[in-house]
Amino acid sequence: MNKSSDQATGREPQTGVSDQSARRLTVKILRHNPQDPASEPRFEAYELDEAPGMTLFIALNQIRDEQAPSLQFDFVCRAGICGSCGMLINGRPGLACRTLTSKLGPEITLAPLPVFKLIGDLSVDTGAWARQMGERLETWVHRESEPDIDRLEERMDPDRAEEIYELDRCIECGCCIAACGTARMRKDFVGAAGINKMARFRLDPRDERSDEDFYELVGSDDGVFGCMTLLGCNDVCPKELPLQTQLAFMRRKMVSVK
Amino acid sequence: MKLVYTDVLVIGGGLAGLRAAIGVKRRGLDTVVLSLVPAKRSHSAAAQGGMQASLANSAMGRGDNEDVHFEDTVKGSDWGCDQQVARMFVHTAPKAVRELAGWGVPWNRVRSGDREAVVNAEKITISESSEAHGLITARDFGGTKKWRTCYTSDGTGHAMLFALGDQSIANGIPVMERKEALALIHEGGRCYGAVVRDLVTGELTSFVAKATVIATGGYGRIYKVSTNGIICEGTGMGIALETGVAELGNMEAVQFHPTAIVPAGILTTEGCRGDGGLLRDVDGHRFMPDYEPQKKELASRDVVSRRMTEHMRKGKGVKSPYGDHLWLDITVLGRAHVEKNLREVKDICHYFLGIDPAVDWIPVRPTQHYSMGGIRTRHTGESTTLKGLFACGEAACWDLHGFNRLGGNSVAETVVAGMIVSEFIADFCQSDDSEISIPTALVREFHAREQGKLDELLASEGNEQASDIRRRMEEIMIDKVGIFRTGTELDEAVDELQDLLVRSRKLGLQSRVHGANPELVAAYRLQKMLKVALCVALGARERTESRGAHSREDYPQRDDSNWLKRTLTTWNNENDTLPTVDYEPIDVAGMELPPGFRGYGQADHRDHPDTEGRASEVTAIREQLEDADRFEVQNRLMPYKHLLPERYREKNERLEEPVAKTR
Repeated sequence: MNKSSDQATGREPQTGVSDQSARRLTVKILRHNPQDPASEPRFEAYELDEAPGMTLFIALNQIRDEQAPSLQFDFVCRAGICGSCGMLINGRPGLACRTLTSKLGPEITLAPLPVFKLIGDLSVDTGAWARQMGERLETWVHRESEPDIDRLEERMDPDRAEEIYELDRCIECGCCIAACGTARMRKDFVGAAGINKMARFRLDPRDERSDEDFYELVGSDDGVFGCMTLLGCNDVCPKELPLQTQLAFMRRKMVSVK
Repeated sequence: MKLVYTDVLVIGGGLAGLRAAIGVKRRGLDTVVLSLVPAKRSHSAAAQGGMQASLANSAMGRGDNEDVHFEDTVKGSDWGCDQQVARMFVHTAPKAVRELAGWGVPWNRVRSGDREAVVNAEKITISESSEAHGLITARDFGGTKKWRTCYTSDGTGHAMLFALGDQSIANGIPVMERKEALALIHEGGRCYGAVVRDLVTGELTSFVAKATVIATGGYGRIYKVSTNGIICEGTGMGIALETGVAELGNMEAVQFHPTAIVPAGILTTEGCRGDGGLLRDVDGHRFMPDYEPQKKELASRDVVSRRMTEHMRKGKGVKSPYGDHLWLDITVLGRAHVEKNLREVKDICHYFLGIDPAVDWIPVRPTQHYSMGGIRTRHTGESTTLKGLFACGEAACWDLHGFNRLGGNSVAETVVAGMIVSEFIADFCQSDDSEISIPTALVREFHAREQGKLDELLASEGNEQASDIRRRMEEIMIDKVGIFRTGTELDEAVDELQDLLVRSRKLGLQSRVHGANPELVAAYRLQKMLKVALCVALGARERTESRGAHSREDYPQRDDSNWLKRTLTTWNNENDTLPTVDYEPIDVAGMELPPGFRGYGQADHRDHPDTEGRASEVTAIREQLEDADRFEVQNRLMPYKHLLPERYREKNERLEEPVAKTR
């Protein structure tokens, strides 16, 4: 719907928050607290009335406030930016905060992301995973000299800067890892998030590492050669990163080393 | 009792905390960062539009330098800022951008040749020079004379946070996630660290440190609707306040961002307007030029937010089930621009509103966004009253922003403050002055006190619910301590918040486990939040003038003669229901830029008795030094270089200001 300046309209905000006939939702949550020896993993169902514009962020907070005070889940930005709230939504990895309940059926099933260490209920330890990935792959610009911060910065081709940003947009939410067949079988597989990071630094002219150096980091079955090309990662990435292309590209580059 | 020693304990893993940790680590100190969440999830990631630094590379930034940035910042603050700190900041900001460029931030770059842009609703052509090609470019933001905001699309905070997160890994800095500082350990005016709770196991650990840094961001979440992440609850200020020693500064200075989406309260960047987006009312009319003929949509945030509210009060808002709103129109920028430079905005509109901002207008209204107030520190970042406690970033009031912060100055402040303050911390920790001899009995006392409070909460038979009290606090803050304030409403707010504080001492919990327990977390944060809220409300009630974001309808004038001073609040006794308020004068006679009209917003104010004298002194010095370069003039007006750590004193090179290599 296009509104130019001469079209005087006073309409309400649209689909996401527009009126909808109130549904009764059932949210089934896979619950378990590994800290509690008596806890057994089980599904628990909660019912609530759907409100206009309700997201899973709103729904889960309401469930915790009114029905399940001990329910664990993670949100920070609640705007789809920080990557805290990856979970299985009806079996598919996604960001809960930006998922509108109106896009789902009346029965919603939520479970924690697999592969990662479970903290409790819907909360998993993506932080520890990302840290070890960063340490192993040395996910920072490697250069001999420190930047001279008093002088004009080094120039960079504007297109190149945009290409780097395109890959830099990964938020380490863990959805690609949870959707990865290899990650389920190989606990040390760096996954699409890791390989994409390597592609990002390989593209960056400020990083002085060679393909031989990158080979040392991802030229194995825990890196590019472990990928079975099932491409679940590419399907679920909330940031729509070009993971398929990057995996193929890095594999081709790594094959040609030596 | 679990006990850990480190030289520098950093509480908060966002941009400010990480940069501070990197700084001290590179100076050879041992450091630990504590974070409520994985560091890369910190609210810094949500900064979209960019950071201000006067690189002056792009055509629309030519002629920019520290002087212009300084002037914009001081006017933006409505003369509430510390001008020497503002000088330190504008001088270091270009260095921060360049450091981050070296660490991998993919800043957008200048592309030589002609390009189309939208300025004041008209398409114009900007010609970029070939000599600037490939240098870092900048976009326009509110309240600035030049295009100065450096950016990576609209994910600037994300790109910066990931670069610093990865640098902290490169430097081997331990970042302990899901850890919450409950109390500072202190005695005799000296801070010794903190008692820290593990949010997963519930276990307490005491961290003892020579220096403790609070970099926990703002207190936006004491308001019902805020753009802030849900972890921005002001508890970092809360633990400082609860020492009874540390002072908080200007807590009533709270910024409302003009364009958060309705109803979710999620931010759409100022870059939308900086890049040429317009604000429209129920009739589709572009109303900002009616109020602000000069800066229009790009006046400072406090002014735009007030004008929007004013316009909605005239019945020009768009009715919705969630109250009135206005429209942000970025359709004028064209799809290509929206999809490349405003992609987070596009995603947010898509997922939360179901609209496409390349063709649809975005429903927006002013929403709580930033906390100018914070832990009062010197220019070194050290608390004015509690030795060994430092603060930086949004959690601090050192005081860069005064009563209104310019867009793009907060992200810049996080890293600049991290750079500067970490050097002062390192100097401190490497001096004899920092040596501590602390009895374990003291640590045990603090440790036991915190454990006792938790045990008491878990065993409490009270009948009050933390969630109920918190919800009421949030409503009071947004309804009575919001954009426009009146004495009557502020009285009511202060009274009712005190009642809530009393009630919050009688909580009853349903979930009584010691480990991971969200209900317990909400319960023990509640009192800290209420105390912070009371500092905001009481500071606002007492300040009988309007300055920057603090706007009193019963006192609409900026009153320099009585109020050119900083509010200081402390919490003297645990059982008090009100903070103690004091004031610190701002020295007009030393100002480089004496108080005057900002150039936007309301024009009338009452002068400070020293203003006229200082203004003529400044004029005389400028005339006398007519032939001198700008650095000499500046130095005569208000010397500040000696306040900076030595490594940041060099001049900044620009295309138009080449610097001969001295090192």
